This record gives sequence, structure tokens and C-alpha cells, in this order.
Amino acid sequence: MHITKDQVEHIAWLARIKLTEEEKENYTKLFNDILDYFRKIDEVDTSNIDYTFHGVDIKNVFRDDTIRPSLPKEDIFKNVPKRKDNFVKAPRMV
Amino acid sequence: MASFYELTAYELHSMLQNGDITAEELIYSLFDRIQKTETKIKAYITLLKENAINQARLLDKKLRNSNFFGILAGIPIAIKDNICTKNIRTTCSSKMLDNYVPPYNATVIERILAEGGIIIGKTNMDEFAMGTTTESSYYQITHNPWSLEHVPGGSSGGSAAAVAADETILALGSDTGGSIRCPASFCNITGIKVSYGSISRYGLISYACSLEQIGPLTKDVRDCALLLNVLVGRDPYDSTTLNRPKIDFLATLDEDIKGLRIGIPKEFMGTGTAEAVSKAVWNAVHLLESFGVTYDEISIPLIDYAVPCYYIIAMSEASSNLARYDGIRYGYRVEKDEGEWNEIFAEDRLAFGPEVRRRIMLGTYALSAGYYDMYYLKALKVRTLLRNQFEAQFKSYDIILGPTMPTTPFKIGEMISDPLAMYRTDIDTVAANVTGLPAISIPCGFSDGLPIGLQLIGNSLQEELLLRVAYKFQQETDYHKKKPPIGG
Repeated sequence: MHITKDQVEHIAWLARIKLTEEEKENYTKLFNDILDYFRKIDEVDTSNIDYTFHGVDIKNVFRDDTIRPSLPKEDIFKNVPKRKDNFVKAPRMV
Repeated sequence: MASFYELTAYELHSMLQNGDITAEELIYSLFDRIQKTETKIKAYITLLKENAINQARLLDKKLRNSNFFGILAGIPIAIKDNICTKNIRTTCSSKMLDNYVPPYNATVIERILAEGGIIIGKTNMDEFAMGTTTESSYYQITHNPWSLEHVPGGSSGGSAAAVAADETILALGSDTGGSIRCPASFCNITGIKVSYGSISRYGLISYACSLEQIGPLTKDVRDCALLLNVLVGRDPYDSTTLNRPKIDFLATLDEDIKGLRIGIPKEFMGTGTAEAVSKAVWNAVHLLESFGVTYDEISIPLIDYAVPCYYIIAMSEASSNLARYDGIRYGYRVEKDEGEWNEIFAEDRLAFGPEVRRRIMLGTYALSAGYYDMYYLKALKVRTLLRNQFEAQFKSYDIILGPTMPTTPFKIGEMISDPLAMYRTDIDTVAANVTGLPAISIPCGFSDGLPIGLQLIGNSLQEELLLRVAYKFQQETDYHKKKPPIGG
């Protein structure tokens, strides 16, 4: 067993995904099957091997910090679900 | 004579240039076709008929009155719905982005428009590009033009089906773990994933940044080369794009392929591979052999670990990328105003479908304290070893060859309830994404009327070589010229 129902609840909370009781049961079973398959990579000896984060080697890419126009404010607001004056309205934090 | 909509971009380009056809006539021809077949195929989420006609008229005027003749002047193109198009709804096939209208164009869209291309619609896909069948779309199931009971492949299933059904001339897709090549294989068309960093991802709605590339889905290799001429290049808006010298991919198509060496990993022809598929692939190998290409059966043992390695990385990156969907600045937001941030945040995210939720949660797990080393970091090390094994083979071989998919298309509904079985079918495609190598899929046969795809993987930045071999293959075969039996 790789993952328990409590752990599924915990990662759902971390990912801000709401689950029903039934989903918690189903995901626990499914995730164990999938993680079991993932752990196949344990068979590979990776001692002294570096990580590859990208398909190609990329170093920091810099550019000049020149001023250029950004998108018009009203264009951005078109996709904002809730707005008050020139502010994006968000739920209460605390 | 073939109808206009049946032709390739390359053929239409000279017809448009000679004045044998106008851009407006071509658009009408295509939309007539779409009207006849789209109710069966359901490739599009959004069709832009009025927009396209207006653009075609403007372009016809411009072509008459100036010297402008862009590479794509007057050529219709369909765009996968995870690529941002200014003032055109871009949904990612998700309820989460049902009402999202981007205020800007992806760099690839700017490039297409600058060459005179005409966007005719946005195509269906797996939600957030997470799938192999296009069945996880919030909107509709796309049907394979070769058999309506079968899936078109995924995640760029709408783009592939539209090309195969002659509902567009060209299409764009994106490929994170095979999402261009799988549907190209299933729909009997040509599709390429280029070397990582060759095409800008700016404006591509992110799923797994280190793996994905935008790319062409086309009727043949020549159109693929033509579209790559427009798409490939450095973009200041995507710092992962490479500074590649300007390449004319059409110019070298004709060059000889004699003496090239091909390696065929036995891991690509394993037990999960359907007999008809391996037979078609071997026939293709023997045909290539008759052009003076040599081959050896080889082994790249880590291919057997590519699928878990890929899914751990892809899900980890997805969990981070999709954290941005909080329903505050854009996307789905529940009506109620009461309640605190986390509660509303979690309710907004119910707009994600089941596969997206699964991948976010598994990715969150793989990155969480105590498991990070075991899954994510371990996968990144396996990735290094897989790259090393491919690199070692490229010392002896120019191309690694195998099937694109281990089977012909699945029946609709056959895979969707068993995610793990579906993940395993990505066995032949994911290695190219994990390693960043270029790979092309071309038609190489049929089994019971369903298409089979041949995959060629090249060394980094060797797209020209892949295209050349694929082009030679298409000159000597007519699989890619076969049309699906959908009538219309």
C-alpha cells in the first residue's frame, strides 16, 4: 500500500480539490495501482546520476530591461469574473 | 479534378499565387465541406466562418494590389483549443476556461497571421491536453473519420480528425507525451513534434512545460515542412526557445537518403504491439531498405521505464502549472460571495474534469514532502539515463524507428474508464518528450480499415533528416493519399 485514504484527503486539500466520500475511496484504490506502476522506476540504478530538468540544456537567459507597452487594462478585466472599480475582487483571506 | 478542400497547402499556394483560385473561394469550399461532415466528426469547438471570409476577402485584395505573398497566404488552418487566439474563445476543452477569451495571440498565431494564414476554427482536445483519446473534453467526443465508432487519438484529436476529414488544410496541435503523433497515427495523417525549444510555447496553455511543443498536423510531409518554415524560431517571449539558424525545411526534402542507418529498438516492438502494427512497420523498414537505408535491431532498455518516468514528471509539472486556476483573475468562479479563500478556491476547481483532477493530485503527491525524492527526483535521474541511452545509439544510427502507437485506434469508451491501461499505450511516444528529441509520425498501413502510424525519432535538431526520410517514404507509397470513407 503506497497511499492511504487519509493521505488522499491530505493531497486533495493541498491541491484544493474537493472530493466526495465515494471519490476518496475510488481515488485511494486507483492511486495505489498507479503508484505501484510508477515505482517500477525503482529498478533503475540511478546512483551518481544527475537530474535532467529539461530536454535541452538551458542556462539563464537574460534580456535588456527595456520598457514596452503592456496589455490594456480593460482587455485584462474582460476575463475577470468579479470586479470592483479597478480592482479584481477576491474572496476573504482570513 | 479534386475539390479545393482536398488539396494540400503546398498545391494551393501556387494555385492562389497564379490566380487559379481566390482565398475566398477556398474558404467557401472548406466550409461547404465542414457543413457536410462536421455533424459526424465533431472536430471543432469553435468555427469562425464570418471571420475567415472577411479575412480571405481582405487578403485577396492585398494579393491583387501588392507584392505580398506569404508562405501561408490564403491557406486555412485549424488551431487546437489550448493555443491562445486574441478575441477568440480558447477553452482547453475545460469547463474551467469555458468563457476565456485571450487578450493576446500565442507567438505561433502571430507568425501564421504574418504569413497570411487564415484561422478557421478552434479544435476539440482532451481537457488540458491530458489524454490519448480526446474523450475527456468537456464539450464533445470527436469521432475518427476512418470509423466513427473509434477515437481519433489524443490529445490533439480535433485537429487530426479535421485534417483527415478534409475539414481544414492545415492544423496545429501540441505534443506533451505524443499528443500530435498519436492522433496523426490514428487518423492517417502526418504530424511532427520538433526538438524541445524549436517552437515558441508563448500562449500555449501550460500542462507540462519541460516536455511540450506546439507542432503541425498535415496531409503530408511536404505540408509539414512548409508549416515548420513558419513556426520554428527563437522567441523573446519564451526563454526556452533555441537560437536556431533560419532553416528552409522544404529545400532539403529531395536529398538522397541512401546510406542512412536506422536502429529499431526491440522495446518498441514489445508484447503490447499488435501483430498488424509490427507487420506494417516491418514492411516500411524493408521499403526503406530498398532505397539504400540499412537497419539493425537494437535495444534501448530504459524505454521500458519511459512511461512511468514521463507520467511522474508530467503530473508534477501539471500540479504546479494548474495551481493558477483559482477563479480569481480568469476562469470558472462559483457564484457565491460568502466564504473564505480556500473554500471558494476549492469549489472553483470542481470545474476540472476527472482526469485533470487525478493528474493534479498525483503530481501534488509526487512533489510533496517525503515523496519528492522517491518519485520526482528519481524520475529526473531516469530521464538523464534515457537521454544517455538514446545519445549513445545516435553515434551508430541516424534514426530510431518504431510504431507510433502499439495498436490501431481504440473504440470509443474502451479506454476511458481505465486510466492506467491508457497511460501504458503511450509506450512508443513519450521517450521523445522526456529526451526532447524530434519525432514524426506518418501513415504506413491499415488493419481492418484502421490506420497504422510509423514513427521516426531523430537526434536533437535533426528534423530535416526526419522529414527527408518521411518524404521519400511518401513518394513511394500512397497510404497518406487514402481518404476516409465518410462521404459528405
